[in-house]
Amino acid sequence: MSDTTTTENEELPTRRDFIYVATGMLGVIGAASVAWPFIDQMRPDAAVLAAGQPIDVNLEAVEPGQAITVTWRGKPYFVRRLTEDEIASASELGEGDMKEFAPIETRLGGEEVKDWVIVSANCTHLGCVPKVIDTKPEGWNCPCHGSVFDMTGRILRGPAATNLPLPPYVFTSATNLVIGTDQA
Amino acid sequence: MSTLEHHGTYQPTTGLGKWMDARLPLPRLMYDSFVAYPVPRNLNYAYTFGGMLSIMLVLQILTGVVLAMHYNGSTVGAFTSVEHIMRDVNNGWLLRYMHANGASFFFAAVFLHIFRGMYYGSYKEPRELLWILGCIIFLLMMATAFMGYVLPWGQMSFWGATVITGFFTAFPVVGEPIQQLLLGGFAVDNPTLNRFFSLHYLLPFMIAGVVVLHVWALHVTGQTNPTGVEIKSKTDTVPFTPFATIKDAFALIVFFLFFAYFVFYMPNFLGHADNYIEANPLVTPSHIVPEWYFLPFYAILRAITFDIGPLTSKLLGVLAMFGSIAVLFVMPWLDTSKVRSAVYRPWYKVFFWLFVVNAIFLGWLGAKPAEGVYTFLAQLSTLYYFGFFIVILPLLGLIETPRRVPNSITEAVLAKSSKRSGGAAQDAAASTDNKA
Amino acid sequence: MKTMFAKISAIVVAATLGLSVAATGAFAASEYPLNKPREQDWSFAGPFGTYDKGQLQRGFKVYREVCAACHSMNRVAFRSLEDLGYSEGQIKAIAAEYDITDGPNADGEMFTRPGTGADHFTGPYPNREASVAANGGAYPPDFSLLAKARAVERGFPTFVFDVFTQYAENGPDYIYSLLTGYPEDGEAPEGAHVAEGTHYNPYYIGGASLAMAAPLSEDIVSYDDGTPATVDQMARDVSAFMMWAAEPKLEERKSLGFKVIIFLLIFAVFLYLTKKQIYAKLEH
Repeated sequence: MSDTTTTENEELPTRRDFIYVATGMLGVIGAASVAWPFIDQMRPDAAVLAAGQPIDVNLEAVEPGQAITVTWRGKPYFVRRLTEDEIASASELGEGDMKEFAPIETRLGGEEVKDWVIVSANCTHLGCVPKVIDTKPEGWNCPCHGSVFDMTGRILRGPAATNLPLPPYVFTSATNLVIGTDQA
Repeated sequence: MSTLEHHGTYQPTTGLGKWMDARLPLPRLMYDSFVAYPVPRNLNYAYTFGGMLSIMLVLQILTGVVLAMHYNGSTVGAFTSVEHIMRDVNNGWLLRYMHANGASFFFAAVFLHIFRGMYYGSYKEPRELLWILGCIIFLLMMATAFMGYVLPWGQMSFWGATVITGFFTAFPVVGEPIQQLLLGGFAVDNPTLNRFFSLHYLLPFMIAGVVVLHVWALHVTGQTNPTGVEIKSKTDTVPFTPFATIKDAFALIVFFLFFAYFVFYMPNFLGHADNYIEANPLVTPSHIVPEWYFLPFYAILRAITFDIGPLTSKLLGVLAMFGSIAVLFVMPWLDTSKVRSAVYRPWYKVFFWLFVVNAIFLGWLGAKPAEGVYTFLAQLSTLYYFGFFIVILPLLGLIETPRRVPNSITEAVLAKSSKRSGGAAQDAAASTDNKA
Repeated sequence: MKTMFAKISAIVVAATLGLSVAATGAFAASEYPLNKPREQDWSFAGPFGTYDKGQLQRGFKVYREVCAACHSMNRVAFRSLEDLGYSEGQIKAIAAEYDITDGPNADGEMFTRPGTGADHFTGPYPNREASVAANGGAYPPDFSLLAKARAVERGFPTFVFDVFTQYAENGPDYIYSLLTGYPEDGEAPEGAHVAEGTHYNPYYIGGASLAMAAPLSEDIVSYDDGTPATVDQMARDVSAFMMWAAEPKLEERKSLGFKVIIFLLIFAVFLYLTKKQIYAKLEH
């Protein structure tokens, strides 16, 4: 803008330029600051975050071979108690049988006996909830696109590329599980 | 009439610019409308409210859209969801206070914009449609603000909705069916709240559409200016950018200073304490008043306490209130004066400022209980309100002797600046002009 | 141009006056309260106001031990007690004292469990009707928003000054005045209209008397920080606490507001300078 006017005083353009540039920058800063609350308001609010606190799951009624679904932070999680046969069939699987190998010990939990599988119930492909099956060694079968997981939620075949993730959890007793934290 | 000679024309320089210009000349339209567009060189700060209003409309739509992401439009959830916004949503309190106070500031600016139009004769030929489009925007704004005020589902929301929709029962035979149609029931309830939410979301976009027409009409006729003399040559004008743009921007930021003061320090000053009590259909607050920007019209409604023949006071009050807005639409044809600007109309100026004071006085009366001396004062004020349009405007144009109007904007500007720098000689010359 | 600007600002001022009348005029019926609230000094008043955490904790104690017998506060979540300076552990302990109805469980039964930070305060009654029935036909209002839902008409010209002094403490002033406004001997002055079963209080907004008897008496609570629990002190503390409950974001609002105003002032100065330079190009 300053180049459109000529001036005899050499000092003037510098001051003029400073004012123009500073005003423009203030405008940009102002607009960006106003934009922020409009974006910020979409992040999870205080009530949602508070509701995401760890949940207690009572395991008393779950027998070996049974699976229950619980909800934490609005998302479903499987809590499945395996029979000895099922653990054995999962243990036999090797690195070649699955897409993402994870040792069986890292998939199991429990206070007295390590026979619990606690995994996300959203398929790692596109988020559908897989169906519980027990055609050993297959443990889950996703109805949407056919991904198949083993008894501990490891991906065997299908479009999904990764194992069902484990939430943070801790057993506070043999019959009480806390999902949402790994600290007792 | 006006010769709107543009300051330079759009010349695309880049390849993309030329490609675009041959297919969709949107940059050309923007350039011609908001850069090269000629505006009178003597516009004062009273002409900055239009720009402010368009920014306020955008701001209200933006805050409204994000509030709607958290709002729950049901009688069970509405009040709770608003408190959820205030307490839990990130920056929710800021967005809500901006939206609520934004409505008040929107109206404050629109009143000043209307008064400016009345003072400088912006409604007069050839700008009648421009003025009428503005009146339509004003009506839509009132509808939008009223329905928005119902959404928090506080006591004032509920009883405001009850009273306002009750207006329609004043009309014989069709009144009650119309009211039931509006409410979706026999009282203000969940169907009412739901449809008000829907319409409150829709109307601002209709306002935006009419604003486009308003600006289009403005760019066809050109802006008025304090002298009221039409643009005659290129020396009468300056390009919109940077001259008008920077002035509008400065005025806008000053306006925002007042706005921010209220949003951050007095966010509930313009509201009603009763609206922090959840709606209760069994208990009416002891003193029902609309928001401040409706008060003058509310005062007119309540001023009519007498029957005329078969017309009940209730019906007459509603008619008077609607009439107070309807009369604005015909203002261009009520004013018979040949001179546009109040600057050169000594008597119109007096009646205009009386009108402004009277309007504020009506607002004050609207907040007072409708009894005793207040009713009498409201009747006097209402009389002047209508008298200004129906009697004073047509008669004054016929009997008033206007002062000498300058031949062109440039002449007026030069006279003013020489007066400022010059001595008593020009002053004397100017005063002889005035007497002429 | 200058005179027009002066006139426009005159309208702005006049319009502000007009709408302020309107705003304040809205608040009250003409004759009540008999006495205007007594204005107090609050730590949260003014452009730099902040809550006094110690005071909020004392006020919270008064609420829990006295007011909560009748009044609910169900829009406030336990987690927000963090604002009062409580730790996560303390909040958990406070929340656990409240029974929350949850469910249905796997058997389809509703059950009660101890509260967590995510829950809201529960009131002494299951619903409004129950509270009205238990209090002889009078509804003990919920505390969550009361400090913003009560405002006594300020009158002209006070409300004009209020814009400049940023007076926004109508609520706490009213609550404090009401709580300390019961006559000491409990006797209404002669000629006052006091309905059966109500208690005279010249500060009550809805009449000469209200259903609630004077709720505070000397040492009805014992403060953890050793502050003497006079009626005046407790009334002041619980009023401040209720202001926090109604407007928990007040501190955030005022501190952000200061930054915004400073920014806008600087921006306005620069815009004005730019405008002056651009208009200097116009020959007169």
